[in-house]
Order: sequence, then structure tokens, then C-alpha cells
Amino acid sequence: MASKAFREIDLNMGPQHPSTHGVLRLKVSIDNEVVLQVVPVLGYLHRGMEKLWESQTYHQIIPLTDRLDYLASLSNNFGYVLAVEKLAGIEVPKRAQYIRVILAELQRVASHLAAIGFMANDVGAMTVLLYGFEARETILDIFETYAGGRLTIHGMRLGGVPFDMDETVAGMIRKVLGTVPKTLTDIEGLLSDNRIWRHRTEGIGIISQSDALENGLTGPCLRAAGMAWDLRRDLPYSSYEDFDFDVPVRTSSDALDRYFVRMEEMRQSLRIVRQALDRLPAGEHIAKVPRVLRIPAGEIYHSIEAPKGELGFFIRSNGTDKPERVKMRSPSFINLQSLELMCKGNLFSDIVGILGSLDIVLGEIDK
Amino acid sequence: MPDVRIDAAPLADSFERLKERFPESILAVAFVKGELSVSIRREDILPVLRFLKHEAGFNALTDIIGIDNLKPVPAAAPVLPTGRTGETPAAPPAPAPQKRFSILYQLYRFPEACRIRIALDLEEGETVDSAVPVYRAADWAEREIFDMFGIAFAGHPDLRRIYMPDEFEGFPLRKDFPLEGRTGGV
Repeated sequence: MASKAFREIDLNMGPQHPSTHGVLRLKVSIDNEVVLQVVPVLGYLHRGMEKLWESQTYHQIIPLTDRLDYLASLSNNFGYVLAVEKLAGIEVPKRAQYIRVILAELQRVASHLAAIGFMANDVGAMTVLLYGFEARETILDIFETYAGGRLTIHGMRLGGVPFDMDETVAGMIRKVLGTVPKTLTDIEGLLSDNRIWRHRTEGIGIISQSDALENGLTGPCLRAAGMAWDLRRDLPYSSYEDFDFDVPVRTSSDALDRYFVRMEEMRQSLRIVRQALDRLPAGEHIAKVPRVLRIPAGEIYHSIEAPKGELGFFIRSNGTDKPERVKMRSPSFINLQSLELMCKGNLFSDIVGILGSLDIVLGEIDK
Repeated sequence: MPDVRIDAAPLADSFERLKERFPESILAVAFVKGELSVSIRREDILPVLRFLKHEAGFNALTDIIGIDNLKPVPAAAPVLPTGRTGETPAAPPAPAPQKRFSILYQLYRFPEACRIRIALDLEEGETVDSAVPVYRAADWAEREIFDMFGIAFAGHPDLRRIYMPDEFEGFPLRKDFPLEGRTGGV
């Protein structure tokens, strides 16, 4: 038998690896096929967003936030505008709050469909990605009709939303409310009881509840570890207290449970969209906000439940029309810290599946 | 220390206990827009964080935020082509003496859903104790601050740059680092 020193090898994964969802590099140490250590290397997409924001006005920053988590750009807009509005004391009309909720929840469905599709693709089930993208396409069509953009949408403004919700868009949303659940059932039919899928995900990538909390894990991954942590319910923003929805929780904390949590979350999101659309209040869709918005010196931290976890913005203002400092708490960045714990002791071939179940976007990690 | 009124019951209770336990450490406190922010002495950060985590129930570290407090040097009044100088801007109020950097710790208590922000100030060249022994989640956040501001965290298990290449010189988020970088690159 070979000595231990010969069995342990270091492998490099990425940054140009099809399953690393962008430009992530992992330095992996393995013993035969068992993972000993995973060290992520970041920075290949670092654009210095936070530095750039210090030279932009509060309005100009919104389209830049689109470029962070580009699979859920409306959620980034949402987190940023809420923080600025809280800091500046801007009242957002009720109608605008509801439209924002509709957009953000549709965005969550689109993001989760992509997440599950990529994860299934990573473990070898390609059909799911195609089904998921077909449904995601119909949601992107809504965004395109509403605001003109599909990926980087720029669909929110300080004080409200850029356009009112007209009948065309509302009709498209109602149609999607009918078609997406069918896709979800199809995906579940392909995966939930699929022996290969279960073999690749059940009991894989487990992280204990205390480790998850300790490492700052948030979002669907934390809810799959048994914690009903959802900022929409715990610290409601933008009228989330008006809607009925459940916070899905699972307890095994493996890759399979993260899939189940996301599936259920999409159903809950559609439920919220339906309620918001039915009860959409009349009124203005945007408050009057000065074009040159000067915010008195102060600081604020506000966070939302983005598809990937807690998305927070810390803003310090200094009385001018530009922020002194904006710090973004990106969920993918903090969640990726848990990757090593999830991978240790699993097989090398499971790393891509675990990474898929974590659902990271490098645009947000590298900022 | 100024008195503040905190109109959130669980938060007010935690703050009272913090004040009782660390009467010397707390330098300032503010409760603005529902957010409690407490400034403490730099050297007391670890005992304060330990108390907040184990006794006050703040079980999650949300984020650590670095800030460079350097104020830009006011530009000289522009010289107009006619030779006149432009209007001299009103003299800015004398700034309060402030240390170069601030570090803010944003904590969260689940499931009561309340937040507290702990702030400390430090000068260039000073170090601060790493929060990793208390909150594992501090690991990458502190590496990011080290990378962007050049602030060293004593006792961090693996303090290296996280975004920029190891051989990079300078700290991009400092206010005296040019926005468009420097010629020559890395």
C-alpha cells in the first residue's frame, strides 16, 4: 500500500471550469477520492463596485447594482433602493410597494429555476435545465415588457418603480401564474423520486445547523438546515406583512433538502404574487424624489431576503448627492465560506453538486 | 455618555446589560431610524462580542464593514481665465477629530429579529483583534477589509488578500487610492 504522502494530491478546479458558475477557482486537496480541503480563490470578476459607487450619485448606483447578482438583478435594485429610502426618509406609495413585491418574487422564481436547473445539470440531468429555462424565459419576457431589460433590468427607482403596472403586464403575470406550477410539477417528476438524483444529493454536502449559523449561512441553505429564518417575515419591508406565505423548512441540511426548499419557495412566491396582483392598491407608482438627492450625514443598514440569502446594504451619507461609503453584504460571498465544511469528507465528484446546491453567483461574490 | 431612548424592548434590555457590564468601554451610543449603534474602545472588541454572542443572544454576525474616514483635501478655488478667482466656498465647519478608519460589526439576533451595530475607530498602523474566535463568519469579511483598507486583524487564522492579487500594492478602498487605479497596474 502506498504511503499517505503519495495518496494525498492537490487538484485545481477552475477558474475556467464549466461547473463553477462563473470564474471561481477551487484548490482542492484529496485523499484518493475523498475531499480533505477546499480553498476558494476569488477575485477574477472583481470590478471594484464599492469604490465606483463612492463617485456616483444615489440614482446612478441603481443600474450598477444590476451587475452584481445578475440572475436576480431586481432583488439587488430592491435592497439598494430600500436602504437609500430608509436613510433619506422617503415614503414609498403603497402601489409601488406592491409592484416591487411582485417583481421581486417573480425574480426569486426565475433565480431558483436557474439554480435548480444548473444544479441538476451539474450532476448530469440536463433536461431539467431546459425545462427550467423555458419557464424562466416567460418570466424574463414579463420583465422585458415591463422595463425593457431581461437580465440587467434596472426595474426600480428611488421612491418607487419606473412604470405603472398596466393590463398587458398584469395579464402576462397571470398567465405565468398558471404555467409555472406545471413546470414545477414536471421538474419534481423528473427529480424528486429519481434514483440517480437522490443518490447524488441525499446525504451529500451536509452542514450542521450550528455550523451553518456560525459561518453566516443564510437563505434557502439555512432553511434547509432547519432554521425558519426569513427576513420577509421577521423584519417585513415593503408591505410583506400584508401577504400570507409559509417559510419552508427542511431538516436534513443536505443538497436534496436545499432543492426541496427552493421548490417550495417558488410556490410560495407565486402565492405572494397572486395576492399582490389581486389586491394591487390604486395610486401613484413613484414618489416625488429630487433629481439631485442630497442626504444629510447618517448611516443605515438595511437588508432583504434575496433569492440567495440576506442581501444587505450599509450606506453612510455625508450631506452630498453621493454616498461616502456603500458596503454590500452579498449573500453568495458569505455563503461560500461554508463550502469547505460542506465538502469535507464527501467525494471529489460531489463538489460540483454541492456548489450547485449552494447557488452562488460570482458577480455578487467578487463585486 | 449621552443617554438614548431605545423604543425596542429586547434591544433596550440588551443595551442596559451591555452598559452595566462594560461601563468603561462604551464611548458613544446612537439610536437612529430604529438602529442601535454603539461605539466602543478598540481594545475591548473581543470581550464585548463574546458577551453579545453568549449572554445577550446575538447569535449571528451579519457583516463587518470597513470605512476610511479620510476627508478629501478641499480643492483650491479655481482660477478663472480672466485672472479672477472663483467664489470662495463657505468655510466648512471644523471637523471633529476623527481617527482614520472605522470598523462596524453588524450583529443579528434570531429569532427575535433585532440588530445591533458595534463600532470602533483606529488609526493607520493600529491593529484590531480578530473576531474569528467568536464568530466564524468574520473570516472572509476581515480578509476583505485587510485587502481593501490594509487593516490587520490580530489572531486571524489566515489573513491574506481575498480579491486583489497577492503582489498588489496599495489598498483600493482607501480614499487616497485613485478611482481609476494607477498606471502600471499590479
